Amino acid sequence: MADLAVAPPVAAPARGPSRPVRRRRRISWVPYLLLAPGLLWLVVFFVAPMLTTLSTSLQEGDVDNGYVLTGNPDVYWQALQAYWPQIVRSLMYAGIATLLSLALGYPLAYFIASRRGRSKNILLVLVIAPFFTSFLIRTMAWQSLLASDGGLVRKTLGGVGLGWVYDDFGHLLQLLHLSPNGEILYSPWAVVWGLTYNFLPFMILPLYTSLDRLDGRLLEAAGDLYATPRQTFRHVTWPLSLPGVVSGTLLTFIPAAGDYINSRLLGNTNTVMIGQVIDSQFLRVLDYPLAAALSFLLLALIVAMVFIYVRRAGTEELV
Amino acid sequence: MAGTRATEDLRLVQISKEFETFTAVQPMDLTVPGGSFFALLGPSGCGKTTTLRMVAGLEAPTTGRIHIGAKDITATKAYQRNVNTVFQSYALFPHMTVLENVAFGLKRKGDSAAMTKARQTLDLVQLEQVATKKPAQLSGGMQQRVALARAIVNRPDVLLLDEPLGALDLKLRRQMQIELKRIQSEVGITFIHVTHDQEEAMTMADTIAVMNKGRIEQLGDPATLYEKPASTFVANFLGQSNLLRAQITGAAVDGVMPASTHDHDVWVAADRVPDGLRDVWIGVRPEKLRLGDAGRNQIKGQVTDASFTGVATQYLVAMPWGFELMVVQQNDGSPRAGVGENVTLSWDPGHEFVLDQSQAEDAGSGLVDG
Ligand SMILES: Nc1ncnc2c1ncn2[C@@H]1O[C@H](COP(=O)(O)OP(=O)(O)OP(=O)(O)O)[C@@H](O)[C@H]1O
Ligand SMILES: [Mg+2]
Repeated sequence: MADLAVAPPVAAPARGPSRPVRRRRRISWVPYLLLAPGLLWLVVFFVAPMLTTLSTSLQEGDVDNGYVLTGNPDVYWQALQAYWPQIVRSLMYAGIATLLSLALGYPLAYFIASRRGRSKNILLVLVIAPFFTSFLIRTMAWQSLLASDGGLVRKTLGGVGLGWVYDDFGHLLQLLHLSPNGEILYSPWAVVWGLTYNFLPFMILPLYTSLDRLDGRLLEAAGDLYATPRQTFRHVTWPLSLPGVVSGTLLTFIPAAGDYINSRLLGNTNTVMIGQVIDSQFLRVLDYPLAAALSFLLLALIVAMVFIYVRRAGTEELV
Repeated sequence: MAGTRATEDLRLVQISKEFETFTAVQPMDLTVPGGSFFALLGPSGCGKTTTLRMVAGLEAPTTGRIHIGAKDITATKAYQRNVNTVFQSYALFPHMTVLENVAFGLKRKGDSAAMTKARQTLDLVQLEQVATKKPAQLSGGMQQRVALARAIVNRPDVLLLDEPLGALDLKLRRQMQIELKRIQSEVGITFIHVTHDQEEAMTMADTIAVMNKGRIEQLGDPATLYEKPASTFVANFLGQSNLLRAQITGAAVDGVMPASTHDHDVWVAADRVPDGLRDVWIGVRPEKLRLGDAGRNQIKGQVTDASFTGVATQYLVAMPWGFELMVVQQNDGSPRAGVGENVTLSWDPGHEFVLDQSQAEDAGSGLVDG
């Protein structure tokens, strides 16, 4: 996946026979100079907090008497033992939400990329329109949309005599063990739906970018070479849009796996995700080492999964 | 499957294409004999690509039918047609190796020997050594040959080539022209080659159709088109022409007819003059005009420009009435004229072509005989 890898700063090879050594020396500094602000930013806002979190996770003590760095890694084992169900659930919800986003986002991105001029821009603005309000408010809006008493969906459907659709969907969820009591809101389904909704634009935009770049003449060439529209998609469109698929799924999966808003606002006590646990350990229980250890575990898991995923995508096994 | 079957004729019957407000191709009839090398020649925007796209199935004709042999393929989709295209942009699949590109069509058809045949075809275009590379790693000329291999490996009934040599430099272009011709005679597929390079069309094709503004102006073998163009457009588009405004002044005597151009009496071959025509253009190619009085028709003039091009010298000679004729003289040792020198131009009857004067003489060029 060359598109994702950070290209190393490469010095332009010096041209011409005259003074090749001096020229190369001078030029090779430029990329580093240009990278400096970004690198500084990364050190201050990424590396430093990481190191602090790491050191926090290796401390022992309690809130009243203070924490001291002992370097005891046992907390990681404890965290895993206590919270593995939430970790697995988080990865599962995020995975399902990612697949749903892909299924919804791909046709949408394809559609937008195939438009011309104004309508294309309007559609793109509509895709990012939800960002004009905050994440929290958007998620709360789904609460009032999905609620069983007084929710907008239920009321609207009931108004046109279709209230049973809402109720039956609840029952269906209960049958599928996706809702404890037939309620649509406060169910695993609602959490996954919220995740899908919130991160869909992060899927659509990279997909749109790679589909928009797709050369229509290649599709014509495939058709000219006996490929049916379905085969053209499978052998040309899909593989050429893979960079977009990979970036889109990463941009959706990673934040979704760490999310704690959707599971709190749209879920119940059995849909707790790991983000929620970290949040409450840090801010309510004040067990900083455990919270830090959980953060690190989540990070390590995601990095490992992403690594495997990107490697596989790079070798075209996903095609 | 393909290979043993004799190639069949392609027939376009009253085919035309209109875009919203614009007619790109006027209703035309065209038959391309099976196995021939056919060139579609014309200036930019005359409808060559549109015609090819209709044959390939990438554009639906507004009217008319397309037949290959006895089959009417008008309503079939591109992927159902046994027609392949070498696109001007090559349109190679960037994520596949050269070999995968070449095997693409056969695999879609479910040919179990796709890979073997693809390798053989890469041999044919002399690219076996780059089979595992990606298209982006190849030079323009190599990509062009991959595009060609990717199309001919399928042994289509008709191979369409849309200015495939347009992006190559002159030397590579000449080389590829020879190679294309060799490959065509080896595989025996009908080639329809689109170009706006008249020299390319003439060196390669058995038959040339000259297109202009969405219609075919003339169809024939290269020599006929060059020696007997049917319109001023063809005369000017294929090579250089000197067009003299003239009147036929009498009846045929011994196979020649008297004519007068700007009060100079000349003779033209009677069989070159369409029946009953009086006001004509007499066209003479620059290399048919000679400096000196060796030819039967003679006009005096003054050299206004002489440029040495190696094998030949190219002169502009001003006529007494002001019009400048172009003369090309082989550098075969005969004396050369200098600028300002008064010379006699001559040519023999039968070396001219005669066209109806009602046509604009400058169609296809900018020369005007006042
Ligand atoms: N999709 C289209 N919509 C509208 N007009 C078109 C379309 N495609 C082609 N045309 C017009 O039809 C005319 C013929 O186009 P075409 O591409 O066939 O020309 P061409 O002979 O191949 O020219 P060139 O040598 O420049 O490739 C042009 O004037 C072009 O503007
Ligand atoms: Mg064209």
